[in-house]
Order: sequence, then structure tokens, then C-alpha cells
Amino acid sequence: MRKIAIYGKGGIGKSTTTQNTVAGLAEIGKKVMVVGCDPKADSTRLLLHGLAQKTVLDTLRDEGEDVDLDDVMKTGFCNTSCVESGGPEPGVGCAGRGIITSINLLEQLGAYDADKQLDYVFYDVLGDVVCGGFAMPIRDGKAQEVYIVCSGEMMAMYAANNICKSISKFGKVGAVRLGGLICNSRKVDNEANMIQEFAKKLGTQMIHFVPRDNMVQHAEINRKTVIDYAPEHPQANEYRSLANKINDNQMFVIPTPLPMHELEELLVSFGILN
Amino acid sequence: MLLKHTTPKEIDRKSLTINPAKTCQPIGAMYAAFGLNGCLPHSHGSQGCCAYHRSTLTRHFKEPIVASTSSFSEGSSVFGGSANLVQAIDTIFNVYDPLIVAVHTTCLSETIGDDLTQIISKAAEEGKIPEGKMVIHCNTPSYVGSHVTGYSNQVVAFVKFFSTSTMKKRNAVNLVAGWMEPSDMREIKRMAKEMEARTIMFPDMTGVLDTGLTGKYTMYPHGGTTLSDMKATGDSRFTIGLGEYCTTDACIKLENKCKVKFEVVDIPIGLKATDRFVMSLSRHANVPVPDSITEERSKLLDLIADNQKYFYGKRVALFGDPDTLVPLTEFLISLDMKPVYIVTGTPGKGFDERMATLLKDIPEAKYMSGAGADIFRLHQWIKQEGVDMLIGNTYGKYISLDENIPFIRFGFPIADRAGHNYFPKTGYVGATNLTIQILNALMDYQDRTCPEEKVEFQM
Repeated sequence: MRKIAIYGKGGIGKSTTTQNTVAGLAEIGKKVMVVGCDPKADSTRLLLHGLAQKTVLDTLRDEGEDVDLDDVMKTGFCNTSCVESGGPEPGVGCAGRGIITSINLLEQLGAYDADKQLDYVFYDVLGDVVCGGFAMPIRDGKAQEVYIVCSGEMMAMYAANNICKSISKFGKVGAVRLGGLICNSRKVDNEANMIQEFAKKLGTQMIHFVPRDNMVQHAEINRKTVIDYAPEHPQANEYRSLANKINDNQMFVIPTPLPMHELEELLVSFGILN
Repeated sequence: MLLKHTTPKEIDRKSLTINPAKTCQPIGAMYAAFGLNGCLPHSHGSQGCCAYHRSTLTRHFKEPIVASTSSFSEGSSVFGGSANLVQAIDTIFNVYDPLIVAVHTTCLSETIGDDLTQIISKAAEEGKIPEGKMVIHCNTPSYVGSHVTGYSNQVVAFVKFFSTSTMKKRNAVNLVAGWMEPSDMREIKRMAKEMEARTIMFPDMTGVLDTGLTGKYTMYPHGGTTLSDMKATGDSRFTIGLGEYCTTDACIKLENKCKVKFEVVDIPIGLKATDRFVMSLSRHANVPVPDSITEERSKLLDLIADNQKYFYGKRVALFGDPDTLVPLTEFLISLDMKPVYIVTGTPGKGFDERMATLLKDIPEAKYMSGAGADIFRLHQWIKQEGVDMLIGNTYGKYISLDENIPFIRFGFPIADRAGHNYFPKTGYVGATNLTIQILNALMDYQDRTCPEEKVEFQM
């Protein structure tokens, strides 16, 4: 079983990319579980065709420790297992602690046991690694692979660099490695080249360049992944290709995060000058 | 040898405290809350915090310590403690019926960022707070300051929530009590009465944590500052804060809120600090110092003069809280003793500045405050060069037993001896009590350790 965590700046398209990629993996016969680690609980919407999920933490709050796995795990597109950890409403409580509680509970409930015959577990984590809780998926040998969704925009790359800092920290004592950057295009000038160079400097690869296409929005409005909604569309093939690349990936590294000035230089030489 | 591994050699350490000379913020907030009449302290956090604070206070005061908790679970840590606190407020007023609930936070509720103002106003909107009852709050994260900070924060909350100015000044002086024993407060109030000064003391734990055995249990004893007195502090002519660390913030708050001018003096422990307190009260309450007080002072002086040879040059190590250590150190110097080692875990510059001034004629003296100033370090200093006496709370017992040093219990907590609830250490009478205690300990030690042929009948 490969455990994969997807990180990236807020709003970059982590959940969309994750679910589309998971759809691609499920299509080629892989058994995949998605664990949404976002209090908004929208990481499995496209696979489940809507927000049909009761979150782990809501269940824990309502029913106490005596939670049944079936209460929180729903089956989505192509037999994928979908779990949302959930969390507090905006502005109260501690979302970081929520992720810790939720992942521990899933382990206790046997969500990862061999009898589930999972090929993949995907953790879809919100935003940056702002505190210990958000690093939970990459601590203590939980996820071994991390993919960072980014674009050629300054803040997205800055966030990616920060995430690399925490991977390199946890990687030194644990098994977590960076599998690559997924460029979710924002149509920035020279984007693919810049991210490729950025990846090289981090010691990793740009595993795939996902072009921007309105079809993603159409599918999303219909609460479906592109592979589900328009299987023949070229964008569906992009996600299939990303799924295959992840499936075949052999390049796992402890990244070398860039100092701020190098990151800025990169942006200047690739972005603004050309 | 309970502490046989303590070595004289000090190793530079930044991230380790061994046997801290402090405890956590909420314990101070809980103690201060007992200084209001009919007040129930409420700990907003997990049950363990509340249980620890209650048991520590119980061990010291030998009284039942009643406090409630929000009983955080895993769920409350994630979703916030709002639901628990609203439910707690409902239960408290329905079942335990206090006049005031004083909520303080804990590390957990602070870290997840619970907003007490919002939660309590929600409870009020939902009608959980009966007419005429109050819920007040203060923030007490233990990773800031110490129990002294928590005490101060609670006292500030009293001012913030209650003190009101009606524009009709009353001829009273507020006495903001720093962290001392109820017996100490009782003594200060007795002196004020003796001087015929009109005063309002807050917080006031007399009649709450030093009550007698009557055969009948009351959850809210008769003592404590009453709500009407607490409100009236805003109309007083002046405020005297007793103890810089515990009361300065409350004094400032009261001045800002109700324009009551203030002066902060030391807790009146020992001759000079009591002199300063008496003079301050005399001036600001506009009353003369009566002969009876002067007589108490002269009796103290007589005791000191009679026994001067036993005090002279004796080296003393002390640990505790800044507000008591400062006047205590000053008093030991008045007795011609040598306070050579002084530590407090409570951080703050005020302590260091006061000690520098007080100890300028004792070049060998060492003092320290903050995280690195722990009882372990004090013990190391004692190992380097011994002392004749140790003064501190019960945690000093192990050092005194290992090193065979006469030990005076002073501070919080005292869990293994009685007396602190009966014999004050404040005022001239308190200084007399303290002097006798010091003298007896030194004389006992001399009798016990001197060669047989040197035992004196007359001392």
C-alpha cells in the first residue's frame, strides 16, 4: 500500500487534482482510499457526487469513541473509499488537533488494515503546514510520499518551498519523501520551464504539467471528476497520464528547500524577464 | 540522601528546569477567586488541571477547595470548548448556585484560542446566567509567567468586571492584597482597624480559606470581599497595592477605569516594609498612627535587640515569590542576617532591580529569577558554600534534610506543617512571629549539634 499526501497553497486545486488523479488510478483497477484533511470536508465531493459524507470528527462528537468505520467511510466513483476528517467551524477550536484525532481514530478503526486490500491512500491536506496537526499525515511513517500542487505564481511556489522545509525536517527522522511537484497551470508565462527548474533546485521533478481547461469547472459544477463526466475529453487524459506517472514513479527524495533570495531570483529570471 | 545527585558544579542549561520555584497560572487565579464572597472558580480546560489546582490548594489550606471545570474531551479540543462552558454555566447555577463564577483558562483552551468573552455572552443570551448573578473571566496560559501572573490576572478581572465609579467619592482606601495567607490579610485588616482607617480589601480570603469547624458545611463561606464592596472600590479615595507583581496591574486598571490614584508598596513583611505600609495608609486614609501600633513595633524591636547575637552574620538561602522575597530579604538584612542566595521562578525585571539595591552591601549574595532560577540551582549554590538557614515552601524540605540546615517554611505550598493559617507573617506582630520562628530554629540547631560540654542553659 502506498500512502500519499497532497499539499499545496490554499486554492491551488489540491482537492480537484487529487480526486481526478484518484479517478485515474481507480480506472486502471487500483483500490484507493481518500482521506480529506480539511475542516471544509470537500475533498471527496467529486468522487461521491456531492457532499454526502458525515465527517469522522462529527461522528466522534455525536457518538463518542464508539465509532463504526462504515459510519464514516463511503464508497465513491469506481469503488474508491472516501473519508472526510472534518473539523471545527471557522474561527473556533483547533483544526490541527482535529486532523491528529481523526487519523488516529481511522488507524484504531482499522481503515488501513490488510483486509481492505488498499493499493493507495491519499491524504488531501489543506494549505500550508502551518502547525503540528497539519504535518500529521507526514509524521510517524503515515504518508511516505508527498506531492505538492503548485503553479508558476509567486505565492504558490513560496508555499511549496515551505512545505519542502517540513518534509526535509520529517524526512530526516522518518520515511517521508517528496515524489514531485504537480504543476496545475495558471497560465503564467514560461510556467512549465520555471517549475521544472524549481523542481530541479529542490532536488525533485515536475511529475506532470496539468494544463488549464474549463472542462474541469464544468465537471466540478456537475459534482464529478473529469474522467467521470467527460471520459473522452483531452483533459481526462491529462489526469490519466498523471495517475500513471504517480503509479510508475521511482523518484523519492528529501528535498532541499531554497533560501528566499534564490526563489526570488528564479522568479525574476523565468517569469518577469521573459 | 534524597537529593544526593545534586552536584556543586553548575552546568550552563537553557532548556531545562529542575524543581521549579513556581507553579502554573490558573492556581493563582483559582486562589484569588476565593477572595470574592460567593465566588466559584471555574477552570476552562481538561479535568486534570482543575484537579491538580484544587488538591494543591487543599494540601496547603486544609480546607475543601470547591471549583468546577469545563471537562474538555478530545472533541472539545477540536471543536472548541464553547458547548462545554455554556453547559457548565447552566449546571453551576442550577446545582451549586454561586453568586459569581470566575472562569479562568488553561493551556489547552488558550492554545486552541477559545474566546471567553464570546462564549460567556452566548451563555447570557441563552438565559443561562440568572438575574443578579455574574460570570467573569481572565486568561491564564501557564506558558506565560507563573502562578503569580495568574493571581494578578484574576485581580485585574475583579476590577474590570466590578469596580464602578458613581462620581460620589467615599472616604475609603482600597487595599489590593498580593499573594499572602488569609491570616496575613486578617492581620493587615486588624491594623487598619486599629488605625481607624476605612478600607476595602480585595481579594480577601479571610473567612473563606481559614474557617473554623462548626459541624455544618457551607459551599460559600461568609468571608471574602462582598460584591457591593468590590463595586465600591471605584469610589474610594485611594488604592494601596500590596506587592508589585500581584497588584500593580489591578491598581493601574482601577486608576484608568475609575480615576482612583494608587501607590504600590511591598507586602508588609518585616520592620521596614510594615513601616512603609503604615505610613502609606496613615497618609492616604488621613489617620494618625495610634500608640497601640507603635507599641507593637517597639516589642518587635526589643525582641530583635535581645537576640541580635544569634542573627548576626547567619547566611540564609531563600526561594519563593518576588512579592514576599523582597520584603523578607530586607527584613533578614534588618536582623543583621545575610541573605546570600535568593531564587524565584517567576520572571520579571522588578525582582532583579530590587535585589540589586537591597543586597549591595552583601557582595557574596547571588539571586536569580525566571525559568533558570530553580530549586536545583539554589541547592547547587548551597553545595558550593553552605548556609545556616533555608526559607521556602515545603519543597525545600529535601534540601534541608540532606544538608542538615534549619528550615523555615514560608510561601506556597506548605503541605507538611500547620500554623500558616493561624500565625500571620505580616505587620509588626507577623514580623515578631517570624523572628521567633527563625530564632527557635537557630537555637534548636545549636542545642542539637553542639558538643555536650557546650550546651547552654541560658540562651
